[in-house]
Amino acid sequence: MGDVSTIRAPSRRERGHEPLVEAHSLTKRFGDFVAVDGIDFAIRRGEAFGFLGPNGAGKTSTMRMIACVSPVTEGELRVFGLDPRRDGERIRARLGVVPQDDTLDLELTVHENIYIYGRYFGLPPAVLRERAAELLDFMQLSERAHDRVEPLSGGMKRRLTIARALVNEPDLLILDEPTTGLDPQARHALWDRLYRLKQRGVTLIITTHYMDEAEQLCDRLVVMDRARIAAEGSPRELIARYSTREVVELRFPLGAQDAAIAALDGLAERAEVLPDRVLLYTEDGDATVAAVARRGVEPESTVVRRSTLEDVFLHLTGRSLIE
Amino acid sequence: MSAGPTLRVIEANARAYRRTWRGSIVTTVVSPVLYLAAMGLGLGSLVSHAHAALGGVGYVSFIAPGLLAATAMQTAAGEAAWPVMAGIKWVKTYHAALATPVGVVELVTGNLAWIAVRLVITALVFGAVTVAFGAVPAAGAAAAAGPALLTGMAFAAPVTAYTAVSEQDTRLTSLFRFGIVPMFLFSGTFFPVSQLPGWLQPVAYATPLFHGVELTRAVALGLPTAWPAAAHAGYLLAFVVVGWAAAIPAMRRRLQP
Ligand SMILES: Nc1ncnc2c1ncn2[C@@H]1O[C@H](COP(=O)(O)OP(=O)(O)OP(=O)(O)O)[C@@H](O)[C@H]1O
Ligand SMILES: [Mg+2]
Repeated sequence: MGDVSTIRAPSRRERGHEPLVEAHSLTKRFGDFVAVDGIDFAIRRGEAFGFLGPNGAGKTSTMRMIACVSPVTEGELRVFGLDPRRDGERIRARLGVVPQDDTLDLELTVHENIYIYGRYFGLPPAVLRERAAELLDFMQLSERAHDRVEPLSGGMKRRLTIARALVNEPDLLILDEPTTGLDPQARHALWDRLYRLKQRGVTLIITTHYMDEAEQLCDRLVVMDRARIAAEGSPRELIARYSTREVVELRFPLGAQDAAIAALDGLAERAEVLPDRVLLYTEDGDATVAAVARRGVEPESTVVRRSTLEDVFLHLTGRSLIE
Repeated sequence: MSAGPTLRVIEANARAYRRTWRGSIVTTVVSPVLYLAAMGLGLGSLVSHAHAALGGVGYVSFIAPGLLAATAMQTAAGEAAWPVMAGIKWVKTYHAALATPVGVVELVTGNLAWIAVRLVITALVFGAVTVAFGAVPAAGAAAAAGPALLTGMAFAAPVTAYTAVSEQDTRLTSLFRFGIVPMFLFSGTFFPVSQLPGWLQPVAYATPLFHGVELTRAVALGLPTAWPAAAHAGYLLAFVVVGWAAAIPAMRRRLQP
């Protein structure tokens, strides 16, 4: 029998619990303006982690600090256990970045964009030729490989940006609104590709304004609002914590909404008044619809649905996504 | 600074240049041909060959090295202005490079090194044209690529810093209108600075182009210089070093706020 003391417990790293990205009181200021206000989060190896939040919440500012292209103003940030202040070059070598705005070289061809970007990582030409072909196939751009980038459609450019970000086989992929500008088919195709990357062990950080996307892709997410984190958890946890089981959506004829609102008082746990509709948060949608009818309120249309992340978002940030 | 990423920035520039080099070589050949034909042969026929202020050489020989230095200035300033603005703002290719192991120091240094490569090519092509015009001996034209390169870099580095702090491209146009073009005309390219009104001479002597022209002309034609050659070179080198040192923090503030 071996000495029990030699059988050491697996380290945090070996169990995969070592956070890949860790932030404490992370702060970003531009002059006096606070874009990120002392946020804390930890992203585990292999998970897909989302940052949601309204425009200007500080998502991109956070992404840029993680990507080591924007200095941390205050607080602690560790990426792969390294400090971006000192080890930016080493960290960036293992990152894939899809920035919010495309940064493709429009004069070059699709293939050349991947090739040159790959050269920045010091990858040998032979490897790059092979990998560029694979990636273009993966992102369904093979037919356009030798076309100039400029005339490509917005969605194709987006796909190329994503293909390019994968050229160094990153351990961590940072995607800032990856599907903005993609058609529904391309979005679903991208989700599928991101899912496959995740299965290969790539950690994903995603910002998005599409709640269905966040629900599909993210294991955990944070909702940012006004430079702070308003909530954190898995999509299901967040829905359970911040919303009810069901939602009744009422639409009224033009101008009739204001009058109806008073009559709805007390019918639901919570009501959200949007410019074009009223949302009633309730455990039993059908019962609430019946109660609305008993009060003599006659909406133009009534929909009962399950709560979604969008409802959580609305509740936490007080803002609709469709502003 | 890491050597690898710096080299790769040069490589990326070279690769992009493969698309445009034909057009740029044509410009490089045509512009000295036009200048030397119009100024050297046309205007030069009116200028007395023995004019003492020209240092005892014919007018076309006098202006050929001056034009070489001035062209190096224009090429370098141009390359450090609009393409840099494009990298920062219009196409954002610098942002792409900085997402990789390339850092701001490597980006700035690699781009300047690439401009140096361009300058050597331009200077050699230009030199060949001056030889064809019989303005400069072949050995002089080849050797003049050195001071022409130094002259160009004395502009490339500070103009890179200037572009990095320029929000709008109107600032770049202003730089050319009020800086580069006047220097081109009044820094000893077409006539000796001694011909300028007395009050303007110190201004001309302070411009880097004056020192570039002096040095390039001396090397190309084997003439004496106003100051010792090392002093002219040192003056130019100071612009390179200070410009480079200013460009890095300026670019960092601009690209990584
Ligand atoms: N370079 C900068 N200088 C000054 N302010 C900045 C700078 N970059 C961002 N900001 C400000 O910081 C705040 C957060 O911006 P950020 O881009 O991080 O938001 P976001 O959550 O990504 O928004 P969006 O959903 O619109 O992309 C905004 O008010 C923005 O104006
Ligand atoms: Mg953003």
